[in-house]
Amino acid sequence: MIAFLLKRTANAVFVMLAVALLAFVIFRFFGDPVEMMVNEQASLQDRIELRERLGLNDGFVTQYTRFVTNAVQGDFGVSYRNQQDVMVLIKERFPATFELVLVATVISLVVGIPAGVITAVYRDSRLADMLQLGSIIGVSLPSFVVGILLILAFSVSLGWLPAFGRGETVDIGWWSTGLLTPSGRAALVLPAVSLSTFQVTLVMRLVRAEMLETLRADYIKFARARGVPTRRVQWRHALRNCLMPVITLTGMQIGNLIAFALVTETVFQWPGMGMLFIQAVTFVDLPVMAAYLLIVSFIFVALNTLVDITYAWVDPRLRDDSARGNG
Amino acid sequence: MEKTVSLPPQSGAVRPTWLDRMRDSDLWYSFRSHPSAIFSAVLLLLVAFTAALAPLITPQNPYDLAALELWNSEIPPVWEEGGQWPYLLGTDTQGRDILSAVLYGSRISLIIGFASVLLALAVGLSLGLVAGYFGGWIDNVIMRVGDVLLSMPFILIAILITAIATASLPMGLKDVLAAPILIFAIAVPSWVQYARTVRASAMVETKKEYVQAARLIRVKSWRVMLHHILPNCLTPILVAATLNFGLAILSEATLSFLGVGMPPDQPSLGTLIRIGNQYLFSGLWWIVVFPSIQLCLIVLSVNMIGDWLRDALNPKLR
Repeated sequence: MIAFLLKRTANAVFVMLAVALLAFVIFRFFGDPVEMMVNEQASLQDRIELRERLGLNDGFVTQYTRFVTNAVQGDFGVSYRNQQDVMVLIKERFPATFELVLVATVISLVVGIPAGVITAVYRDSRLADMLQLGSIIGVSLPSFVVGILLILAFSVSLGWLPAFGRGETVDIGWWSTGLLTPSGRAALVLPAVSLSTFQVTLVMRLVRAEMLETLRADYIKFARARGVPTRRVQWRHALRNCLMPVITLTGMQIGNLIAFALVTETVFQWPGMGMLFIQAVTFVDLPVMAAYLLIVSFIFVALNTLVDITYAWVDPRLRDDSARGNG
Repeated sequence: MEKTVSLPPQSGAVRPTWLDRMRDSDLWYSFRSHPSAIFSAVLLLLVAFTAALAPLITPQNPYDLAALELWNSEIPPVWEEGGQWPYLLGTDTQGRDILSAVLYGSRISLIIGFASVLLALAVGLSLGLVAGYFGGWIDNVIMRVGDVLLSMPFILIAILITAIATASLPMGLKDVLAAPILIFAIAVPSWVQYARTVRASAMVETKKEYVQAARLIRVKSWRVMLHHILPNCLTPILVAATLNFGLAILSEATLSFLGVGMPPDQPSLGTLIRIGNQYLFSGLWWIVVFPSIQLCLIVLSVNMIGDWLRDALNPKLR
């Protein structure tokens, strides 16, 4: 187990170092940091001094090492656009994205699991067919289109829900939450629903596939034979055994949701990390882009590693890498 | 069977053409018995035809600024009050016919989606074959690069590539190269899947006797890879490529919507939605709704065909 743990962690560290290399190359070689930071009037002397001070004359490896060391300590430099510390900017925006992703995940589980069970249990019913069709439509709808259509329906036509912004927020320490005010909750509904559409269908399809397999198992037949009510067998005995893959999927998808939130955030003008990133892209604000890339990839890799380790811990067969095949 | 085929044509037996063989195949049978597959295929063909013939059937060329009349702007669809021919789906704020823009936009979306899948296939198949066939360090390098790519969200890689490419290009080239950049940006994160699939089966096949025999008689490596190993893994590749075609169109639309894709003067469906999104609150709903519907229909039909193909080609489900 320890060997597996070390190997898996080492692998994650390697991947993160590679991502960091990419971020570093973007940061360092696309656009000259000095030109981005000084104003027009700066003299040649100033520029040379700044170049020296930033350590841009050092060797590639030295600079990369410094970049990684700083990044590990949460120092991503200063934004080119508004001269603020990048980490401060991200810290401000992170709660908005986190709450959006959290609520979207909850929606995907609350809607996706029952829908998956229904399509598996009542396989040939009309309801199941409708849900199946709904799921393939859900996969095919781009999330920004869902967002736009939701705005058209619920904000423009009906006027029920706000179409942009976060509403009122309450500060708890450095964390600003929109969950505690009515306007904050109302503002969260449409973005969360539009972000979760894809995830709902994913959960639903997974639960359906797992349920179809589990319902054929002997212990299910036995429970039925013993006289346990059918519904109880389906929703307790069978469903419980399907939840582990769902938890895995949810864990692995959070990184993707954070990345995809940038689309939703753009549609709804949601002041999260994604909006920050898209603005940085339009202004070629490289430090912000590099920081966002590193942070999102870190969350992504950390969750994947965690899921893998949990799996290996639960199921010893997976510890042997060679037995797992390479896929 | 073998005999009929080898008989000369004048003896009366007709050599089965590829059309006959297709008509006899399980796949065709399965296709005919799946209404959703037929429906999607018809829809997709219709979209492809209208997009290809766009210059011939649309009332105006949406890119020709001289053809745009400002007094024809903001006309609603014909069935709404104030709608007028020939602007079936209405016009935008510059007097551009929405139907024409949608058809021209579909053209761009389809081409970019198709090209990026082809590029990803070419790269993925060759790298996967090389990795699986030769093994060793080269395998290690290719697969590690793939691991790193998969450890970043798809959309993030694509955005970064387009952002950096456009930032480092001069003003004039930016718009000209927008489509190739997008094709590249979408292909980069998607080749890994093909490479992994091919590598896995290449590793299995390389150890089998027939490949060993081929190597023994000094058949060239590339020939073994292309003619002996590759055909064995085409089925999963075909399914993956179909589903990725849908994903590629979606990604292109997303990038264009975010403003890092096609520029407004040669709009894809995503760009049109981005433009229409600005008029969401001014009651001009048709500018955004029709490109959205077209995009959803395209992706939906591609996905339905992909789903059907996956089930139809899966021997376990026969």
